[in-house]
Amino acid sequence: MAILIDKNSRVVTQGITGKTGEFHTKYCVEYACGKECFVAGVTPGKGGQQVEGIPVFDTVKEAQAQTGANVSVIYVPPRFAAAAIDEAVEAGMEVVICITEGVPVKDMILTRYKMRGNPTILVGPNCPGVITPEEIKIGIMPGYIHKKGPIGVVSRSGTLTYEVVDQLTQLGLGQSTCIGIGGDPVNGLKHLDVMRLFNDDAHTEGVVMVGEIGGSDEEECAAWVKQHMRKPVVGFIAGVTAPPGKRMGHAGAIISGGKGTAVEKIAALEDAGIRVTRNPADIGTLMKQALK
Amino acid sequence: MKVHEYQGKQLLQSYGVATPRGRVCFTVDEAVDAAEEIGGDLWVVKAQIHAGGRGKGGGVRLARSLDEGRRHAGDILGMTLVTHQTGPEGKVVKRLLVEAGADIEREFYVGMVVDRSAQRVVVMASSEGGTEIEEVAAKTPEKIHKAAVDPVAGLTKEQAMDLVAKIGLPEAVLERGAEFLRGLYRVYWETDASLAEINPLILTADQQVLALDAKFNFDDNALFRQPQVHELRDLDEEDANEIEASKYGLSYIALDGNIGCLVNGAGLAMATMDIIKLYGAEPANFLDVGGGATTEQVTEAFVIMMRNPNLKAILVNIFGGIMRCDVIAEGLVNAAKEVHLSVPLVVRLEGTNVDKGREIIAQSGIEITSATTMADAAEKVVAAAGG
Repeated sequence: MAILIDKNSRVVTQGITGKTGEFHTKYCVEYACGKECFVAGVTPGKGGQQVEGIPVFDTVKEAQAQTGANVSVIYVPPRFAAAAIDEAVEAGMEVVICITEGVPVKDMILTRYKMRGNPTILVGPNCPGVITPEEIKIGIMPGYIHKKGPIGVVSRSGTLTYEVVDQLTQLGLGQSTCIGIGGDPVNGLKHLDVMRLFNDDAHTEGVVMVGEIGGSDEEECAAWVKQHMRKPVVGFIAGVTAPPGKRMGHAGAIISGGKGTAVEKIAALEDAGIRVTRNPADIGTLMKQALK
Repeated sequence: MKVHEYQGKQLLQSYGVATPRGRVCFTVDEAVDAAEEIGGDLWVVKAQIHAGGRGKGGGVRLARSLDEGRRHAGDILGMTLVTHQTGPEGKVVKRLLVEAGADIEREFYVGMVVDRSAQRVVVMASSEGGTEIEEVAAKTPEKIHKAAVDPVAGLTKEQAMDLVAKIGLPEAVLERGAEFLRGLYRVYWETDASLAEINPLILTADQQVLALDAKFNFDDNALFRQPQVHELRDLDEEDANEIEASKYGLSYIALDGNIGCLVNGAGLAMATMDIIKLYGAEPANFLDVGGGATTEQVTEAFVIMMRNPNLKAILVNIFGGIMRCDVIAEGLVNAAKEVHLSVPLVVRLEGTNVDKGREIIAQSGIEITSATTMADAAEKVVAAAGG
């Protein structure tokens, strides 16, 4: 078992004819059950073409009707990305994963507003995607570093997530599902949402959460873990050395009640019983110890 | 992107939000002209730099005559203004704002920012104007009132009236205060701002509600559709290396240490800085080469890092996903050939096409220390830098 996506997912790739979309689709199709899972592509005006043997449609609705796609992944340029999410949500996708980086915050505020009460789950934007090892990879992560197993991974970062996964795999700890939730201020799933899913997933035995400075998502997740989590959690927060002058202006810190620095986040995680390391090279080892 | 106070005030005026009468000046003569044109018998001469705390640093002065105004303008223009936000090296003042002095009865604070949890713009207002809002939040958080804005309806009259009543604006000017807030919100929303702060918002003796200061930041990702905002960018206020880096799509921030870092992805870049410190040294910079780095970008990254006279070693830490290791390797090799690398280079590559990448480096004939894990890389680069 896994969370969000597995070998039964049927994926439509929005922006499949673009350079980035095409490049990554190739690797996604090659990975595990990718050939069966990636069933459609969408680029307006390019319906009827094929990319990597995948039929391209003009709209997500059409792709859904023709192929039964229930998950969408988005690679379209930033200025069109929010509209692409809206389209996927309207077409009834169960999960929408937006890889695109640089989406204006205002667009995301409006898109999230439109999604109120809608069952569609959004991951991202500005994220590496989601992978359930040895079943399906949706996104830009290098597939070969992953291995099937009992560890859930949730992270705001992209490449730092790969680093963590690589450490886990080297230690023989496979992963149930790895989720990059992205670093944008207004996005879909937060650490807390993913932690709930892992808590309820029978095959996840432990969770690694990777956070960064800014906002208070990690603190909110930690508060929930303290009350409800039944599995060991290991944490790392990047940015202890980040210069304070470069963080968001005054008002941002006020909103989150003075939270947001790495030191404050680490304290919140430790208070919740999460095992935190300050050495990013030790995350895997710490998870291994936590499982004992 | 940040703008100057006078530019923020021009934006406010274009939306009908009241500010004192004023004009931007680049010379002392212009400043005197501006004061004459504004009239009255009290003026404020304000240094225009992208940093707060200007008053405490001597960059904001009152003038009671044109002569005094001329003297202040002469003193402030060209001065190196040091505030808690400029760093010890300070900022040279190149622009002034000359404004009509205001007869201040009371000072308030209003601000707007995106609340990550609510996923909306939140308006904050406080009776404690003129002081740092962080101080208010720490000592008397009950004096900060907030309202989350529905993105379709905008800031409603009811919300705005409620906020201005809570911060203690007198009954007679509640409507005026509410209109001010709603105008400010329209500026924020329609220009894709990421932060707006009016501190202080003042009530004058003749019961006007005015923005005495104006601070705006804008969402860089939305500048493509905000040409009138983009135009306001003042490159003099930004770090030359950071500007050059941004032209090549690199995110660069100079730091105080001596180990240069070239990393892909902001999270891994921060973690790399953290591990360098953990192994007993300090990072010289944050440098994220981003998602689609080309040979040209990597070359530029080296050029920028090499300008730092404190640099003792460089650590390249690349975990390829969206970026392929062979692209990075080619960039490294070309850059090392083009730039005279006078410091040791430690490279740790992992991810997509890693074998191809390592092969390119091995066959390049350039002296590079290879590392496997992050810990290995940190240890080697700290040793190479001389501990």
